[in-house]
Amino acid sequence: MNAPHTPLLPGLPQPAPDSQRIFRQLLDAMAQPGRIHALQVAVTAPAPLAPAASAIALTLCDYETPVWLQSAGPEAWLRFHSGCPLVDDPGTARFALIDQPASMPALAAFAQGEAEYPDRSATLIIQVSAFGEQGLVFAGPGIDGETRLGVAGLPDQFWRDWQQSHGRFPLGVDLVLVAGTRFLCIPRTTTVREG
Amino acid sequence: MTTSGYNFAYLDEQTKRMLRRALLKAVAIPGYQVPFGSREMPLPYGWGTGGIQVTAAILGTNDVLKVIDQGSDDTVNAVNIRRFFARTAGVATTNRTPEATVIQTRHRIPETPLAAGQIMVYQVPEPEPLHRLEPREAVTRKLHALADYGFMHVKLYEDIARYGHIATTYDYPVLVNDRYLMAPSPIPKFDNPKLNHSPALQLFGAGREKRVYAVPPYTKVESLDFEDHPFSVQQWDAPCALCGASDSFLDEVVLDDVGGRMFVCSDSEYCSNRQAAGHAGSAVKEAA
Repeated sequence: MNAPHTPLLPGLPQPAPDSQRIFRQLLDAMAQPGRIHALQVAVTAPAPLAPAASAIALTLCDYETPVWLQSAGPEAWLRFHSGCPLVDDPGTARFALIDQPASMPALAAFAQGEAEYPDRSATLIIQVSAFGEQGLVFAGPGIDGETRLGVAGLPDQFWRDWQQSHGRFPLGVDLVLVAGTRFLCIPRTTTVREG
Repeated sequence: MTTSGYNFAYLDEQTKRMLRRALLKAVAIPGYQVPFGSREMPLPYGWGTGGIQVTAAILGTNDVLKVIDQGSDDTVNAVNIRRFFARTAGVATTNRTPEATVIQTRHRIPETPLAAGQIMVYQVPEPEPLHRLEPREAVTRKLHALADYGFMHVKLYEDIARYGHIATTYDYPVLVNDRYLMAPSPIPKFDNPKLNHSPALQLFGAGREKRVYAVPPYTKVESLDFEDHPFSVQQWDAPCALCGASDSFLDEVVLDDVGGRMFVCSDSEYCSNRQAAGHAGSAVKEAA
């Protein structure tokens, strides 16, 4: 926890151009699921956030987006730099910052959107330990055929949970997976199988 | 020359963040219309305010912007919007499709095939494909939720019953990723096949109706039709009178008041490239 006298870490060095650059990487990542991007902006992230997770949070969050934090630590930093409200109930959050995926709530615990407004759903920013080359096969819009990829650091049942979530389309959550300064996106349209 | 006194690309950062969140959800739910807080722009609704706001939210200093209006780089809407972003964002602009990273368009898709990494931004007057059949948004949202698109099939069937063929020639409804019915904006149905499995990301902005939607790259976009009345695009009897192209969308140009007319490419860049490469159509040959 940040004690009141702890100096705050800085946010994005140049908020307007930096957030534009990060957003374009996010847009490309969301449009081409599984494509890995390396953060182009140097950010000093407050523990336990990874640099890419904190940069993405500052790019997308503001007073309109309730944020759910899995672990304490970055509250004061997030509130100061983005002005976002922090919520205790994951079901009411627009963004969730998850640093311990082993103990994260089920995907169904987050906002799934409504039948008429499936966009009113959560985006989960999940910190994993590493990306690899093998282990998972991604398919769906944005992918020309299939993409092979490995993700280390997610619990065993995660992809089963994801396929169940996929079955609720157009409802569901969208994922940003972060490994240090690298990240990729998995929108709800993407099917993931092990292989 | 850039204009001072405005934020980069005109919109304020909070508006851009709101739009960026909407765009990410739009990409995640292909063809679904995401509401957004459309802002007052320095030009009226109907002049591309939706497309301009989308472009403003995505544009960066390294982008190269192309703007077309009905295929032409040189008409008033295209010139104005290109100049607007040259002034407020200082971005480079181009007429050449392969050089552009962002292409804002009113009612056409360039004839030159798009490449991976490019972003198309469409100006959309009416984002709801069911609007003329059901004016209440509360009801059309319910129909989208239920994927109940029977209305649209009945409308296309009535075309066949009355005219013998599907008479819709522009803004021809498409089904995206086998789920959402989408208005492709008033592009001619000639361009509909280019939407399908495109390597480029396609974003749609409707300013007055306050909605954005998207088609990610490599996504199935199917024009609605019937087994016995399959979808087909327009065809012309003669090639372009200026460049001789027989594979492009042609505009009819009235030449005089005694019935003289010629058909020329609507994509001005494509046509002038072909002419520069030595191709000539009937009008050019006659003049020579």
